[in-house]
Amino acid sequence: MRALTLGRWLRGARGRGGARAPRRVPPARAALTAPAPRPAPVPPRPAWQRGQQRPPQRKVTVEVLDRLEHLALVDFRDAEGVERLQKAIQFADQLHEVNTDGVEPMDSVLEDRCLYLREDDVTEGNCTNELLKNAREKVEEYFVAPPGNIPLPKLEERETFLQGS
Amino acid sequence: MLRASLREVSAALKEGRVTPTELCQKCLSLIKSTKFLNAYITVAEETALKQAEESEKRYGRGQPLGVLDGIPVAVKDNFNAAGIETTCASKMLKGYISPYNATVVQKLLDQGAVLLGKTNLDEFAMGSGSTDGIFGPVRNPWSYSRQYKEKSVPKSHSQEDEESNWVITGGSSGGSAAAVSSFTCFAALGSDTGGSTRNPAAHCGVVGLKPTYGLISRHGLIPLVNSMDVPGILTRCVDDAAVVLGTLAGHDPKDSTTIQDNFKPFDLPNLTDVSKLSIGIPKEYHAPGLSSEILSLWSKAADLFKNAGAKVIEVSLPHTRYSIVCYHVLCTAEVASNMARFDGLEYGHRSDMNKSTESMYAATRREGFNDVVRGRILSGNYFLLKQNYENYFIKAQKVRRLIANDFVKVFGSGVDILLTPTTLSDAVPYMEFIKEDNRTRSAQDDILTQAANMAGLPAINVPTGLSERGLPVGLQFIGQSFQEKQLLTVAKWFEKQVKFPMIQLEVKRHDHGAFQHQKSASFS
Repeated sequence: MRALTLGRWLRGARGRGGARAPRRVPPARAALTAPAPRPAPVPPRPAWQRGQQRPPQRKVTVEVLDRLEHLALVDFRDAEGVERLQKAIQFADQLHEVNTDGVEPMDSVLEDRCLYLREDDVTEGNCTNELLKNAREKVEEYFVAPPGNIPLPKLEERETFLQGS
Repeated sequence: MLRASLREVSAALKEGRVTPTELCQKCLSLIKSTKFLNAYITVAEETALKQAEESEKRYGRGQPLGVLDGIPVAVKDNFNAAGIETTCASKMLKGYISPYNATVVQKLLDQGAVLLGKTNLDEFAMGSGSTDGIFGPVRNPWSYSRQYKEKSVPKSHSQEDEESNWVITGGSSGGSAAAVSSFTCFAALGSDTGGSTRNPAAHCGVVGLKPTYGLISRHGLIPLVNSMDVPGILTRCVDDAAVVLGTLAGHDPKDSTTIQDNFKPFDLPNLTDVSKLSIGIPKEYHAPGLSSEILSLWSKAADLFKNAGAKVIEVSLPHTRYSIVCYHVLCTAEVASNMARFDGLEYGHRSDMNKSTESMYAATRREGFNDVVRGRILSGNYFLLKQNYENYFIKAQKVRRLIANDFVKVFGSGVDILLTPTTLSDAVPYMEFIKEDNRTRSAQDDILTQAANMAGLPAINVPTGLSERGLPVGLQFIGQSFQEKQLLTVAKWFEKQVKFPMIQLEVKRHDHGAFQHQKSASFS
């Protein structure tokens, strides 16, 4: 099968199809400018521009960054990580341009339906062995975890990039 | 035979012109020859051959399970498939062998499909290039097509030039798109949260369908954004997509967000008369950065419908430009919540740190996630802080309603289907793509596909033509909720008019030696 390039399809498309609206190019002007009338309403220029004025970049305090590391239990690792967060917040600030007065938040697109709830009967289970297969540390039928209720060390004592900030 | 459509090959299997094992072996051998594409993370060779043998026995008895019996398929690596490693291209899940099948995978297997393997993706499906997984980037098969080489690679090209010239597949279901595009399987599953099925479909020249939210079960799909994820279908033509949709759609008691309406699989009628159709052209979809080639293709498509008698009108979806910002906030917030399950205790990577549970979790997550994932988790947690909740998360939910209402208004005014471009440009070379970071790229690339996820509407990418560089470009149709039949019928008509060329893939017999990863799973 020969490759059908854009040009070929273009020519093909013009030849195909049923009734076509006649081109309304006034004959007197045809020789001068002859702008092809746009038969279909695809806008020729972008309908909007990306935000020229970006919202100002708000600096996030070290306390908040530390709090985030605690909550998320992931670290920023380096300045690039913090920069990434700053940019993300700046990007999200564009939301404030939208007027949402009187608008209810939308949790789900299926909000006008009821979720399916099945009967509270046990239909499956007894798969302890399969589930334990993927755990690295286990004893009999238990997953083994290090001691709990020990909070993460404070910022000064932790090894984290944020320490120097 | 491998270039045929799913229905054609299914007919061939029924008539005995080819056997399932032959088909399976051909696909497996092609996968080996196209290893350099890095489309597959895991190739389940032994189990696939076993499934093919079972299928052959059924055909022998004259009792195939259906159209999909014996058809080789591939599944994105964020779907659980029992006995096969499911990694989501992340260190966090490396070595994790799923104990169960995702519902969609189970449905495919119940119909007799042969699961060839799991395809590559961006880590945890976060990204728009399929470049950020731990197994390396996926290469677009069109980089190795005669069409691309003739137009883009300089005449005096050496192997090194070719190495650096390859283009991305788009993401995040790039592996699935590449697998279908390079003929190694007849259908593939992807996931679509912000365009992750339609974007690579456009760049790889295949059909990518995002069904309505709630139509197909998400049970077993490792979640990214619970309120927007859907499993996506990638095939070589629209009819095939309808066949696969017919198998997968329907209520699942294990996923309570699937609707309970009865779903009836359908055959697509051959539409000849489009005069009763009303096609909407949303003007905001001419976004800044849209390439002139795609703009011209979009115009030609609109003309095509108009000349065939359909009503083509300009419509407005005024909040389109904010959909990507809204997505950014909602996605990171849901990700922060969904990624909390990865603590190393029950599955996946576990750090050796043993001082306390919290420090073990922190160390595991530090080691297991890459920059992109960690960045999103931290951003998400920021937006969910008490002081920010109202201003960001709730605000984004309100904007989401505005976006969804835009669509309701437009469809309520008599428009049946929307026609838009899928991407801003054709696939970019990898070396250029990695110059910007993941978040910037996603914000740029998902802009045209994202709103359909916000509103939960079905959308499909149909490959339309080749760009000047010889790479595929696709156009997107967005339909009304649960009106997949209408959407696919129109898409099929369009596909027939457009006659997108077949890729002329030139596969050398030797490996390219670039970063590649492939394993054979041998679990019984």
